[in-house]
Amino acid sequence: MERNNHLRQQVANLRQSLFDQGYVDEQFIELEELQDDATPNFVEEVVTLFYKDSARLIHSIDHSLENHPLDFAKLDNYMHQFKGSSSSIGAKKVKTECTQFMEYCSAGNVEGCKRTFKQLKREHTALKKKLEVYFQYARLAGPTETASCRPK
Amino acid sequence: MMENSKTIAGFSSPRTDIFPAGLRVLVVDDDPTWLKILEKMLKKCSYEVTTCGLAREALYLLRERKDGFDIVISDVNMPDMDGFKLLEHVGLEMDLPVIMMSVDGETSRVMKGVQHGACDYLLKPIRMKELRNIWQHVLRKKMQEARDVGNHELDQYDEMWMLNGVERLSGKKRKDFENKHDEKEMSDSRCVDSSSMKKARVVWTVDLHQKFVKAVNQIGFDKVGPKKILDLMGIPWLTRENVASHLQKYRLYLTRLQKEDEVKASFCGMKHPDVSCKETSSSLSLQNPVDVCTDVTKDKYSGDSGDKAIVQNGKSNIYESKVKGVVLMPVTEPRSVVGDNFDSQVAGSKIGLTESFGLVNTDVESANLPIPYCSTGEAPQPQYKQDFKPHFQSANGSSHQPLPVVSHQIPVDRTQATCFLNHIPSREERNRHPDAENKPSFFKSKCGVVGNFSPIESTVNLFQPVSQQQRNVHILEQMPSTTWSARSCNVVNGPQSSPGNLSLRSGSMVASVGEDVCGASIQGECFLANNGLRNIEQFDYNDPQPISGVPTCLYDTLRFDYEYPIDSLEGIVMDQGLFIV
Repeated sequence: MERNNHLRQQVANLRQSLFDQGYVDEQFIELEELQDDATPNFVEEVVTLFYKDSARLIHSIDHSLENHPLDFAKLDNYMHQFKGSSSSIGAKKVKTECTQFMEYCSAGNVEGCKRTFKQLKREHTALKKKLEVYFQYARLAGPTETASCRPK
Repeated sequence: MMENSKTIAGFSSPRTDIFPAGLRVLVVDDDPTWLKILEKMLKKCSYEVTTCGLAREALYLLRERKDGFDIVISDVNMPDMDGFKLLEHVGLEMDLPVIMMSVDGETSRVMKGVQHGACDYLLKPIRMKELRNIWQHVLRKKMQEARDVGNHELDQYDEMWMLNGVERLSGKKRKDFENKHDEKEMSDSRCVDSSSMKKARVVWTVDLHQKFVKAVNQIGFDKVGPKKILDLMGIPWLTRENVASHLQKYRLYLTRLQKEDEVKASFCGMKHPDVSCKETSSSLSLQNPVDVCTDVTKDKYSGDSGDKAIVQNGKSNIYESKVKGVVLMPVTEPRSVVGDNFDSQVAGSKIGLTESFGLVNTDVESANLPIPYCSTGEAPQPQYKQDFKPHFQSANGSSHQPLPVVSHQIPVDRTQATCFLNHIPSREERNRHPDAENKPSFFKSKCGVVGNFSPIESTVNLFQPVSQQQRNVHILEQMPSTTWSARSCNVVNGPQSSPGNLSLRSGSMVASVGEDVCGASIQGECFLANNGLRNIEQFDYNDPQPISGVPTCLYDTLRFDYEYPIDSLEGIVMDQGLFIV
């Protein structure tokens, strides 16, 4: 019991840090609220889906970035998808990078695009790791009312 | 069910808790993550959700199940088809409320969405509280539709709708509902009551649309503006906004039409010399199918005082407001015939699905119907046949049909023809479950069959060139027993069929042609499909007999005393290409 409480506390802390460090935004809470008895792992499922789908996008963008000259319209389109997708799980930092990337796209800034995309991938990966740890702990702790400690 | 009727009778408040529940939502997004989230959210709102990752697939679904959804939520950016394009299709073909969504809140994009007819534009991330409220768009749309017709029974209407929503799972219920809806339309069509309505939507009747097109052509398409059109049209009650919105739709339609022009040409054997005319007509059909019907009713009413009773009878049969085309083929059809037709129909429908060719179905259908009375039709037949044949064949790829039928159906150069086409497919699809089985169900549902007679959906377009009008009259006279289909419900009754055999199909289309429509229309629910009859006035069709045997669906009297302004026909000339649209 004691141990479980401790675990739950850890889960709560991990979760809180996701918000505090700006990795995720309120959309993440929105997802948590969708979680119910019918879909107890809804958030995790959605996140998994997001990573699966975004891997495909990243690959496409990587590929596009190798072209000369860059097809900015195409890149913008991809990034638009990426941004939309990121917004689905509330991946705040990733989304910010997407916006930045699109700005560089419209400015025709090749270097800016490439640099931003690297940063985007870093954020994308960092979030993934954070979330993996969080979900892992959450599973160990069992079902819990994480929504009670929402920020703000 | 019982409760429903009770409530309706009591005119209780339309706001029922049950209403939004069960709202059928189609979500279209290429992003699987969002699709999953939206599905969950919508389910939590107690909506019935269908998700779709491709716009084309969505369009397919929508066409296949015409009446299967109440609202569409679509992403703007999709790889296979621009969300705006989908929006346009849905708006024109299904007339469903569409909510666009995107991460991009740029004003120009939102503007574009709204201009294309989106009822709302949501920004991602979408919150559940936003989705909870989407039913309002459905309700609003329904109310608007009711308003178009008149608003007397609006409350009741809403209520029915809502109640219906609850039981929509059972298609039957819905159908009832629709019938009622139509009924209302019918009965209310005359009254334009502005009192409780915020703003009455203009019913763009054929006549009105023609004036509109005339004005547009006069001004020149490039310089055209709502104000100028309004001035030229000289309709006192029309507002600039009315014209502006119609112009917008018209433009959209023309744009689309141009793109598909080639296709059309290939489909229809005929070519149109006058592009503008063609467009006009087609746009008409697409945009205001309902309106046309309504209009017809109105005219009729105004003309006849005795119609009320008729109308009431008709009520049960009336279909949805959406039905536009009035086709009338009096067909007495043996079941077997139907079977034969089936193949072709299916083929037609498939075609429709692929693109915007849904219309083809219609033609095919009509073509397929063997019309007993064809033989009676004298002079006109040959002409029609010729026209029609090519068309028909192309549509099906192979023609199984007995050509005779075709002859009557040929829609020639009529604006209205277009109308039919559009709608017809919808009807079919609506009733239809996946292809193969459709037929049976289709027929059944469409026809409120009374007796053994299987009505056919003959959607016959009797559109004939003006010059042939005389002949038309002739034909009509010859078929005394032939029932004319009324607005939405076509009463098909073959000359040979005994009264008991008459079948009525509620889902049928109204074939109305321009002004003719009015004339055709009428009598209650039975219409005459006559297109191109300039001389309608001359002809009185009072043949109670055939009808008398018919159960409620049919009307006591069939009379055609409508006068049409013949001039209006001018602009109507269309080409067959429209059908394909």
